Amino acid sequence: MDLLGGINPAVLVASLMMASVPIILAAIGELVVEKSGVLNLGVEGMMIIGAICGFAVAVETGSPLLGFVGGALGGAALSLIFALLTQVLMANQVATGLALTLFGLGLSSLLGQSYVGVKPPPTGRLDLGPLSDIPGLGTMLFRHDAMVYLSIAAVAAVWFVLRHTRTGLVLRAVGENHEAAHALGYHVVRIRVLAILFGGAMAGLGGAYLSLIRVPQWTDGITAGAGWIALAIVVFASWRPWRVLLGAYLFGGITVLQLNLQAAGARIPVQYLSMSPYLITILVLVIMSADRRRSTAAPASLGKTFHASR
Amino acid sequence: MDRRTLLASAASGLALSLAGGRVAMAQAKDKVKVGFVYVGPIGDGGWSFQHNEGRLAVEKEFGDRVETIYQESVPEGSDAERVLTQMALAGCDIIFTTSFGYMDATNNVAAKFPNVKFEHCTGFKREHPNVATYNARFYEGRAVCGTIAGLMTKSNKIGYIGSYPIPEVIQGINSSFIHARKVNPDVSISVVWAYTWFDPAKEADAAKALIEQGVDVILAHTDSTAPLAEAAKTPGVVGFGQASDMANYKPSPRVSSIIDNWAPYYVKRVGMVLDGTWESTDAWEGIGGGEVLIGEITEAVPAEVKAKAMEVHDAIGAGTYHPFTGPLNKQDGSVWLAEGETAADADLLGMNFYVEGISGEIPK
Repeated sequence: MDLLGGINPAVLVASLMMASVPIILAAIGELVVEKSGVLNLGVEGMMIIGAICGFAVAVETGSPLLGFVGGALGGAALSLIFALLTQVLMANQVATGLALTLFGLGLSSLLGQSYVGVKPPPTGRLDLGPLSDIPGLGTMLFRHDAMVYLSIAAVAAVWFVLRHTRTGLVLRAVGENHEAAHALGYHVVRIRVLAILFGGAMAGLGGAYLSLIRVPQWTDGITAGAGWIALAIVVFASWRPWRVLLGAYLFGGITVLQLNLQAAGARIPVQYLSMSPYLITILVLVIMSADRRRSTAAPASLGKTFHASR
Repeated sequence: MDRRTLLASAASGLALSLAGGRVAMAQAKDKVKVGFVYVGPIGDGGWSFQHNEGRLAVEKEFGDRVETIYQESVPEGSDAERVLTQMALAGCDIIFTTSFGYMDATNNVAAKFPNVKFEHCTGFKREHPNVATYNARFYEGRAVCGTIAGLMTKSNKIGYIGSYPIPEVIQGINSSFIHARKVNPDVSISVVWAYTWFDPAKEADAAKALIEQGVDVILAHTDSTAPLAEAAKTPGVVGFGQASDMANYKPSPRVSSIIDNWAPYYVKRVGMVLDGTWESTDAWEGIGGGEVLIGEITEAVPAEVKAKAMEVHDAIGAGTYHPFTGPLNKQDGSVWLAEGETAADADLLGMNFYVEGISGEIPK
């Protein structure tokens, strides 16, 4: 307690869980995309399209729930362009992904023009009854909006599906060796398109969380690089779902912690505090994956174009 | 264009440049192209939005005689140099660079294009005759907001979200604190450095961290409306519009605002390029010159608090009161300004210390 000055650890954990949601959602979506062997660098663009679509739908309908659906659909719609270009027209994935980000940033700014300064309908906390009243733990874990729990559930679901189901096995097979998967009769392109759509929807959800809950407003460029952080976390987490969660919590947690330390007047130089989220997240994840037998966990076909005639 | 006219125009161009840059610069023009470089998106609702309003005012004033171009979200650093070079090559006659971090880039590119005029906002380097600087005395507005903050806080804790530790921001922190202390001797200020001009999520997190520490009045020196959106979540917390009016958050949490009114300056300077009377200057206007406006003080503020704030506002506007008037000590207790002494502009432009009473250190 003394080390943290006047910071209440329960409140801190609560804020870090909230602050990490957009990155978790986007990163877990991108993890599935990369596991299928596709590198989509357009996460930032899909997130921001999700942010504006979610915001617009929520404002027009008055329902935050529909807003999140709208955000997911918006992100998925943008990712469909990426799927079309890279899977059907076999464009270069890196270039297409970068273009998708630029396109998404521009399009969101255009779509958002009439929404600047509008307030979205508030999203309530999930009512967990007596659980929320537990001292400490209640504040920490049981006073959040539904999306916080959904983000954790999404990580668990992705982990389960990838590890323990046939669908997950097929997806991984496509990502590891698309020629072999094709020879076995799996529709490589179809599976990849579905993975890309899932990634787009999750990034869109993450964006909608930003504009509807975390900063309840629409501002141009609201994601401010969150998509790139998500991409980096997927790599540093060696494509493992639970490590994505850990990475996102570390990053979100240290970001929130350093701001709180400043507000509480801790005597630590601010420069070190502001670079600490990047440094510590990368360090922890790199050290964790350092002494594995496999030096790299990247899917073997990641970023490679697939054509069935070969 | 055939070869002969090409040669002829090349020759005349050469003659013109031989006649000397000075003469060429002093010529009136029929039409000018104006470039603007923004650090954030124009939809930020704050700083860059306000500069863009200035650009639109220029278009409205001069109609067909001007063409404006702009680029948003240009990072401070080497990217800025590339953007500036591109704008100069695209035929801009005058380029406004609207963030402190473009200072060196502006001067470097200005050296390469002596016939293009450069105007840098909030900086102090004018290394070439074609570079001018301009700024607004935001700290005058901060004095008014600080007065309101000192009287409105119930927890006696006010919070300040700083972007980068540069003189412009430190002036604002000191001015806010001095005037809050003046009306409320028990007040203390917590400063959080966000190390960004524009990142709504981080700005909201910073506001949240301050609120969790018991702060109930938030001042921000970043560019988006996110701190107000965060303040709106907690009843009893108030804040101010920064750079722009941010009227959507009226009447509370936004109880007043500091508005940067760049339009008159931009119109005047572009007019000078058209007339051929432009020269390198250093402009620094405040409330008196109309460059810093105080947005409506809403009904969430008690009448006597509003009256007190307007008193400060009017005294500054009339030039009878300087926000940095002694006796004032530096943070370490050493004397900065003696009784009745006011701060010199040079001191303010290089300000790198907190005044007495603020705890914490300025990052170096």
